[in-house]
Amino acid sequence: MAPHDIRRPFKRAAISDQQKRRELSLLRQAQNRRDAQQQARCLASSILSLQSAAPESQPEQSDIELETVPEAEPESEAFSKDLDVRQASKLRGPEVRKWFARQLMLPEWMIDVPDRLAQDWYVFARPAGKRCFVVSSNGTTVSRQRNGSILHHFPSALPAGAKIRDGSGSAQSYCILDCIFHELDQTYYVIDMVCWNGYSLYDCTAEFRFYWLNSKLEESGACNAPSHYHKFRFSAVPVYNCDQSGLHAAYTGVVPYAKDGLLFYNKHALYQTGNTPLALVWKDENCSQYVIDTDGKGEIPSQQQVVLELQDDRKLVTSDDPPVLFGCLDGDIIEKVWF
Amino acid sequence: MEVTQVLFNAQSIDGTVRKNAEESLKQFQEQNLPGFLLSLSGELANEEKPIETRKLAGLILKNALDAKEQHRKFELVQRWLSLDATAKSQIKACLLQTLSSPVFDAHSTTSQVIAKVAGIELPQKQWPELIGSLLSNVHQIPAYAKQATLETLGYLCEEVSPDVIDQDQVNKILTAVVQGMSASEGNIDVRLAATRALYNALGFAQANFSNDMERDYIMRVVCEATLSPEVRIRQAAFECLVSISSTYYEKLTPYIQDIFNITSKAVREDEEPVALQAIEFWSSICDEEIDILEEYGGEFTGDSDVPCFYFIKKALPALVPMLLETLLKQEEDQDQDEGAWNIAMAGGTCLGLVAQTVGDDIVPLVVPFVEENITKPDWRQREAATYAFGSILDGPSPEKLTPLVNVALTFMLSALTKDPNSHVKDTTAWALGRIFEFLLGSAVDLPIITQANCQQIVTVLLQSMKDTPNVAEKACGALYFLAQGYEGEGEPSPLTPFFQEIVQSLLTVTHREDVGDSRLRTAAYETLNEVVRCSTVETAPLVLQLVAVIMMELHNTLESQKLSSEEREKQSELQGLLCGCLQVIIQKLGSSETTKYAFMQYADQIMGLFLRVFACRSATVHEEAMLAIGALAYATGADFAKYMPEFYRYLEMGLQNFEEYQVCAVTVGVVGDISRALEEKIVPYCDGIMTQLLKNLSSNQLHRSVKPPIFSCFGDIALAVGEYFEKYLMWAMSALQSAADLSTHIAGDDELVEYTNSLRNGILEAYSGIFQGFKNSPKTQLLIPYAPHVLQFLDGIYMEKDMDDMVMKTAIGVLGDLADTLGNHASSMIQQSVSSKDFLNECLSSEDLLVKESAQWAKLAISRAISV
Repeated sequence: MAPHDIRRPFKRAAISDQQKRRELSLLRQAQNRRDAQQQARCLASSILSLQSAAPESQPEQSDIELETVPEAEPESEAFSKDLDVRQASKLRGPEVRKWFARQLMLPEWMIDVPDRLAQDWYVFARPAGKRCFVVSSNGTTVSRQRNGSILHHFPSALPAGAKIRDGSGSAQSYCILDCIFHELDQTYYVIDMVCWNGYSLYDCTAEFRFYWLNSKLEESGACNAPSHYHKFRFSAVPVYNCDQSGLHAAYTGVVPYAKDGLLFYNKHALYQTGNTPLALVWKDENCSQYVIDTDGKGEIPSQQQVVLELQDDRKLVTSDDPPVLFGCLDGDIIEKVWF
Repeated sequence: MEVTQVLFNAQSIDGTVRKNAEESLKQFQEQNLPGFLLSLSGELANEEKPIETRKLAGLILKNALDAKEQHRKFELVQRWLSLDATAKSQIKACLLQTLSSPVFDAHSTTSQVIAKVAGIELPQKQWPELIGSLLSNVHQIPAYAKQATLETLGYLCEEVSPDVIDQDQVNKILTAVVQGMSASEGNIDVRLAATRALYNALGFAQANFSNDMERDYIMRVVCEATLSPEVRIRQAAFECLVSISSTYYEKLTPYIQDIFNITSKAVREDEEPVALQAIEFWSSICDEEIDILEEYGGEFTGDSDVPCFYFIKKALPALVPMLLETLLKQEEDQDQDEGAWNIAMAGGTCLGLVAQTVGDDIVPLVVPFVEENITKPDWRQREAATYAFGSILDGPSPEKLTPLVNVALTFMLSALTKDPNSHVKDTTAWALGRIFEFLLGSAVDLPIITQANCQQIVTVLLQSMKDTPNVAEKACGALYFLAQGYEGEGEPSPLTPFFQEIVQSLLTVTHREDVGDSRLRTAAYETLNEVVRCSTVETAPLVLQLVAVIMMELHNTLESQKLSSEEREKQSELQGLLCGCLQVIIQKLGSSETTKYAFMQYADQIMGLFLRVFACRSATVHEEAMLAIGALAYATGADFAKYMPEFYRYLEMGLQNFEEYQVCAVTVGVVGDISRALEEKIVPYCDGIMTQLLKNLSSNQLHRSVKPPIFSCFGDIALAVGEYFEKYLMWAMSALQSAADLSTHIAGDDELVEYTNSLRNGILEAYSGIFQGFKNSPKTQLLIPYAPHVLQFLDGIYMEKDMDDMVMKTAIGVLGDLADTLGNHASSMIQQSVSSKDFLNECLSSEDLLVKESAQWAKLAISRAISV
């Protein structure tokens, strides 16, 4: 006797992997289509999907802790300075890259020892990976690299970072984190906090930002293992005072990520976009794998090659992060090279 | 034309004679349809003619009125309706006359033909006298004619929808049917025909079931029929009860006690076909209550139309023992027979549904049975105990089940290796799979699998894969769910240390000598796929190694030559599985930058294999290979261009495959993947692709489900090629406009609403892609003439108030795209549209975050367009 036409004998495997494959493919295609669409839309406005981040008039949430913070400004003002949507929308191609590069605080090379290093500075080992802005808002999280391209579009446990109907986080809440995405363990290492839960930290000192970063990030659950509503793990990096033991710890200490140099942050510095002498970077072969070229066998060739970028103003710079200015070419040479 | 002889010849054993006869029938039909149908109905009616030709005449008539394919059916209906009225009434007169033929084959075929004609004419308000004339003399005619009349009524009710027959006629039909069923009717065939007719007529009896007296009467007659001495009548009567249980659940309270008594007697004592229907009654009640309770628990608390009467909960103390008894009635070798369905299987299925309906309450009723039987010497008792345990794992709370499972697990693992009976092992492996399926997920905190027992579980399952094919298949299934249980857990999966061993064992299974005749090989590959899908970053290098292994397998299938047709079929099946496996691997490795990079070394070779696979003719294989290529295109990005010259013709072939529309649908999706991967490099292929897609849209032979994705695909292409889309703009826009006009209003059932929404979504995705694609191009102004229609479409669907969240999100996004691309060219148009005000505001305050996100973007784009 044939089975009932609607009732599948449930001891027979109910799984049809073929159907599952079809559905998963459709899901992937829908996601890719959304990403492509999203990218097209974002190219229009060149923004960080932050349109809601600057609401015209939004009643301020009262947050006792934050009110004690000196000089904490409402975030809309902080944004209107830097993230002018209308202005950025006119940018195209390389302009986009420059605009995004301008949003991040970029360190200068450390070429001498600053005064009061031990008292006024922090040090930490910089994770190797992709520097990016991670923005959570409206139930989704987007990471954008310096060139403005989207690295990931994903749900996260950051405030407003995933669509979970538990009502947590108002619609206006959002976060902007300065991160490095570390491929190997698929983790976002947060090296600075620019905005948290709708509050701007641009005008807060590094000391406060790091304190806030360490307490809030953990609290949010963003450091937890990935799950359905939290695709990538976030992690703070261990930050030390720049005394001898702190330097030693940062330089030689074991961290779960590949190191790419040491970063020094002045404790009193606000988050300043672009290059600043209040953040410094140091690299040598002990703390960075990118300091020197190796060939296929892992040996160091006798001559090191350098690729230089010739800028419009005839300046020759390295493509390091940050760039190092080598000099300036005169017009003659440029013409010779050109032909 | 001497139709009798031709009909004879059409059944000849001589192929040539048969072919000639079929050819002349076809010609006759094409040249003179009314004459053709008339002579067939004449043949059918003529008592002098032989049975064979009358029967065939009836069959051909039926096929001239109905077909499976939607478009063909539509054609036939139109042709019948346009026939000359005199011819039609002559044919119908012949048919009604044949209904009282004493020859069984003649009247039985005729009743189906009449129902087909009725199915066409009644909805057109034609043939109003039909039901009256069928019923006019039902009491005076001989039994065989009465039987034919009742059968006709049954088929008729199956054919037409309740709203085309008015209540007065429904009453008459029901009266005739119920009288035919009652004990006063002496003829068994008449009673059977009446009972089967009632089954179809139940859907027409809404009003009658709302009337206590009429309902009581119908229920009494049905219940009496379940006690008939004739087994076929009892079975048909129980089928009526099953249908009543779902159609009139809310009317059952007064009868449920009696029905319980009747069904439980039938389950225990009656013949199998009857007992199966009696069990089905309770399964069907479970379905109803599960649905109702789900709605109770859902967002719209208390708004359910139908209250839950908790029949199952109330019947539980008697129902569960009855079902447990059925579990002991297993058939020997039921596990080897793919299509087996018997009392034990139906009883277990019902027990599983009861567990889902009542949850924890079932546990104390089943556990004593399990404990009592699990160690008995008779395999039937051990198997039944295990089956009962496995059946109740979905429903009760994890808190209730976990302590039991923790106790049972060790016992089950040992039974799976040591029990002497294959049925017991089969069921044990299945029950383990159920444990992993329902109790592992990340939602459950209580550990069933620990570091301590994980090793043992894996070892036992892998060992069972060497057991008989049916046990091995269930062991694969258990492993499938075990792997799934750790999907997306960030931490290292406890399965990671065993990954290599698991994969190796599964590959070994696929090479078993005896793998051919069962589902085992499929199960092994499906499990391998799930293991890969759920693997973590630690095992990525091992997944990468698997690429070469599966590629080699696929290569081998392509090398073998001179196969018998049966071997070739097996070979295609295997190729399908291997392409599916590669697809899963590509998708997995392609989803992370590091693994994607490492995988790329194989891309050329894999693509080479897929291209060879296309040379073999099998729809499933093509679909699997196509899906895999989509994943590959996504992973390779623009580099995919190098495969296009060779791949293109298979892409086109896929788009032309109307017959196997799944292949067509999948190919359309892959065009999207390739567009995103190649961007403007797809331009050289666009002419061919767009031509074919437009052709597909205008075809009425292509399954309608493929059309929404085709529109979405327009969007993908437009976004990829930008202003180059100009070439197709006029055609695409015209197709979009007519589809948009059609899909603004929905009239129809849930299925149609769902389809219309998916169509709207496709159209909107196309508009989005086109607008975004033309952005910043000097040709933007080409789109301006289309803007009013797009806005009108948005306003139209907004006014209808029946779009789902998905459409809402896409629609408001289109508003933004239009504003973004056209800027101030469209600002006044936008400001005049309803969408830019009410619709936008509604979306801005939507609960759905995706809708809201799109709306915020649209708002921004509009404000920019207006202010510039």
